Amino acid sequence: MKDNSLSNILNQYESKEQIDGQLYTLNLGPTHPATHGIFQNVLTMDGERILHAEQTVGYIHRAFEKISERRNYAQITTLTDRMNYCSAPINNLGWHMTVEKLIGVEVPKRVDYMRVILMELARIGDHLICNGVTGMDSGAITGLTYMFVERERIYDMYEQICGARMTTNMGRIGGFERDFTPKFHELIKDFLKTFPPRFQEFCNLLERNRIFMDRTIGAGSISAERALSYGFTGPNLRAAGVDYDVRVAQPYSSYQDFDFIIPVGTSGDTYDRFMVRQQEIWESIKIIKQAYENLPEGPFHADVPDFYLPEKADVYQKMEALIYHFKIVMGETDVPKGEVYHAVEGGNGELGFYLVSDGGRSPYRLHFRRPCFIYYQAYPEMITGSVISDAIVTMCSMNIIAGELDA
Amino acid sequence: MTNEFVLEAITREFPESVISSSEPYGMLTVEVKKEDLKKIIHYLKDSSLEINFLTDICGIHYPEFPDREIGVVYHLHNMMTNFRIRLKIFMTRDDVEVDSLTELYAGANWMERETFDFFGIKFKGHPDLRPILNMEDLGYHPMLKEYRLEDGTRTDKNDSMFGR
Repeated sequence: MKDNSLSNILNQYESKEQIDGQLYTLNLGPTHPATHGIFQNVLTMDGERILHAEQTVGYIHRAFEKISERRNYAQITTLTDRMNYCSAPINNLGWHMTVEKLIGVEVPKRVDYMRVILMELARIGDHLICNGVTGMDSGAITGLTYMFVERERIYDMYEQICGARMTTNMGRIGGFERDFTPKFHELIKDFLKTFPPRFQEFCNLLERNRIFMDRTIGAGSISAERALSYGFTGPNLRAAGVDYDVRVAQPYSSYQDFDFIIPVGTSGDTYDRFMVRQQEIWESIKIIKQAYENLPEGPFHADVPDFYLPEKADVYQKMEALIYHFKIVMGETDVPKGEVYHAVEGGNGELGFYLVSDGGRSPYRLHFRRPCFIYYQAYPEMITGSVISDAIVTMCSMNIIAGELDA
Repeated sequence: MTNEFVLEAITREFPESVISSSEPYGMLTVEVKKEDLKKIIHYLKDSSLEINFLTDICGIHYPEFPDREIGVVYHLHNMMTNFRIRLKIFMTRDDVEVDSLTELYAGANWMERETFDFFGIKFKGHPDLRPILNMEDLGYHPMLKEYRLEDGTRTDKNDSMFGR
């Protein structure tokens, strides 16, 4: 393993003269507009050049894994939403798929397609912000303001599903709480029609922009080998040239029904990460179109009375519904013993849920494999030797989200 | 690549190391002796099995089994064939030490730090084994089962009345 300690780096300089001036320490964060959350980088600088970086995380650690051990399976939904809050539905629905795998529930095809639509909308929202911010951090704020408008339109759609916009408690074990509303259908049709030209405008603004390319090409690059050694997945790994995508490698929610490609980069630098996300947005639009046009008729939830709350009207009138309602709310439903690992392709990469059940009302152990946590440890290696402006664009192009980093 | 094939390969190479195996929800899960864990993971990585991606490391605590109280769970992956495997080791409370994988995988560094932070498992050979998400002077490992989520000293609540 590469020795990244400060003394080792300084030893690489044969004489003091190679260092231009006096070294100084710069605290980038914990709260800095460019850190996209609360975490700290202590940089040892020689002028503009970074000689050594050391990061500290854990400022917003909220003990989600511990809390999960005292909550029933449905109640954990709200915790997952608060990890990667830029694409909350993916975390949310990924968790429900994990529980469904544990209890052995097969959901109707309509649920699968609804999930695909919402997860791809979430991915678009996530990538829009990441790429918009990459533009902003390199000095071009226009793109971000354009793309925030588009993200708001995605949030309007979430609002139709669950009433919330950012931390969306939208899934249920077995499906959804409610079907798409008529207003949702209106919004998504409009989105599919008007989003592509607006997104194209954003692409035109940055993709071949000379200044943007100069700022990002070669900045914070990582080889495929190192990326794999660190455990990279998602756009950050694909930018380095590895075409691994959980949606294709291990399809869930009927992803095998849709026709889309996995964009890959070559050099693993900031520009490649940006471009992979850009192309993924186009692919996501393709997937949403296919799923929406072929949305099957049928129920929007599976028949799992042990886990899916009955209609409120039934609770007042039918004894069975009242019993099930009570059992679910009090967490008295039997859950099989066992352990399960389920992975979905989050906005950032492979989002894994490792769940151990002892048959009780809460998971015995729940561990989240958070892609941000994996990426961020590679950050010092990616920025050492570069200048500070490269470090800023590198960080945002990795899409570091503090909520997911600290969990 | 099938579960049987991989299990057979591991058993053939390390006949003394495998303690038990199972396939919960289709994923091959092998419990191995903790002294041999690093060797086995090295073999999985460099052999023709090409299970060379470390997906995840996490700890687990079973206070009711004193001889195998603390466990570490490793998830590994072969991306080409999409084969996943789970390796487990268990140890007693007074001997919570296992070899670090940082020489094999750069990503093991923080995963092991997190596991140390929450369960107190020491990783031999880790370059910088400090708590990562909790503060360094916390003094205990909060994911162990003896630390209850709610204040254990409260007497005004009786959870047993609510099926917990």
